[in-house]
Amino acid sequence: MSGSTSRPGRDDSPDRLYTLTGGRSRAGSDAFDLVTLVVAECDPTPGMQSEHAAILRMSQFPTALVEIAAELGLPVSIVRILLADLLGTGKISARHPRSAYRLPDLDILEQVLVGLRNL
Amino acid sequence: MDSAISDQRETRQTLQSTADNGLKIVIVGGFGVGKTTMVRSVSEIRPLNTEETMTKAGEAVDDTDGIATKTATTVAFDFGRITLDAHNVLYLFGAPGQERFWFLWDRLFSGTLGAVVLVDTRRLADSWYAIDRLEHHGTPFVVACNDFGGPAHTGDEIRAALDLPEEVPLIFCDARSRESGKHVLISLVQHLQTAVLTNQPTTPEPTP
Ligand SMILES: Nc1nc2c(ncn2[C@@H]2O[C@H](COP(=O)(O)OP(=O)(O)OP(=O)(O)O)[C@@H](O)[C@H]2O)c(=O)[nH]1
Ligand SMILES: [Mg+2]
Repeated sequence: MSGSTSRPGRDDSPDRLYTLTGGRSRAGSDAFDLVTLVVAECDPTPGMQSEHAAILRMSQFPTALVEIAAELGLPVSIVRILLADLLGTGKISARHPRSAYRLPDLDILEQVLVGLRNL
Repeated sequence: MDSAISDQRETRQTLQSTADNGLKIVIVGGFGVGKTTMVRSVSEIRPLNTEETMTKAGEAVDDTDGIATKTATTVAFDFGRITLDAHNVLYLFGAPGQERFWFLWDRLFSGTLGAVVLVDTRRLADSWYAIDRLEHHGTPFVVACNDFGGPAHTGDEIRAALDLPEEVPLIFCDARSRESGKHVLISLVQHLQTAVLTNQPTTPEPTP
């Protein structure tokens, strides 16, 4: 058994997803790329929304948004909102990709090449 | 229960605390062409999957109205991870290339370094649409032919069938092989270097 093969989110009722995000739309969550690395800035506290607590536990070391989504079994857009909540209250920090909206420079490409060759 | 080896793969492997730059490469291709296999071959983690649900307008669906909207489409994709060095982490996404998913691409895969178009030479037509869209977006790509043991085709035959420009690298690969997958990725990055050096018009166009 290698983990769940279910499609996260598909079976979630709209009600459940609505509850998770307090029904808000995606304001402020756009900054999070799929590969933005999230780092917890504090421990979970009692009474905290369970998804928030799970994210804080998961991101003691840098963890990409997409890994959090897969781990929680939630669609990416929902995780974006949960992360925006946590960022807004200073509970996480976010390391956004350096080359998200422009061409990578030759320096980065060289680093990627060296990394791949060393695999 | 599973063996000790698969148990080990169940434990989530954390990144180094210095990791601060996520990079993306997308492996796109038709149904059953070997996308997940290639991700698995080169990834340091067991491939994970997740999904995104969006409406045709490109809006993420995250409120009740949106979820109720009939035009919402869900795209499932899987991904793996390669730690390149203390700072850079490369994520590989395996994503379907079919027309009905393509409107999600701008949002999901913007900022990707480049793409690998994985093709099965028995079903070349499956990749026409993906190649067309990547060219239109100015996303640099290489074409990798996954060997399923069909009749052999020469590179020239495949190029002609795909109407592939001379400068786009065409590679034969075996998605089940780590070395082969590595070679495909290295070819892509070398192609990106060439593209930057020759200053080709690879600037991505905004959402159409
Ligand atoms: N002979 C051969 N079989 C392969 C190769 N690569 C993948 N396969 C097999 O082809 C089948 C499909 O591979 P997947 O990796 O699941 O393909 P995919 O593109 O992820 O498929 P979907 O996500 O369903 O579209 C699996 O049974 C693989 O074991 C290859 O290079 N040679
Ligand atoms: Mg697959």
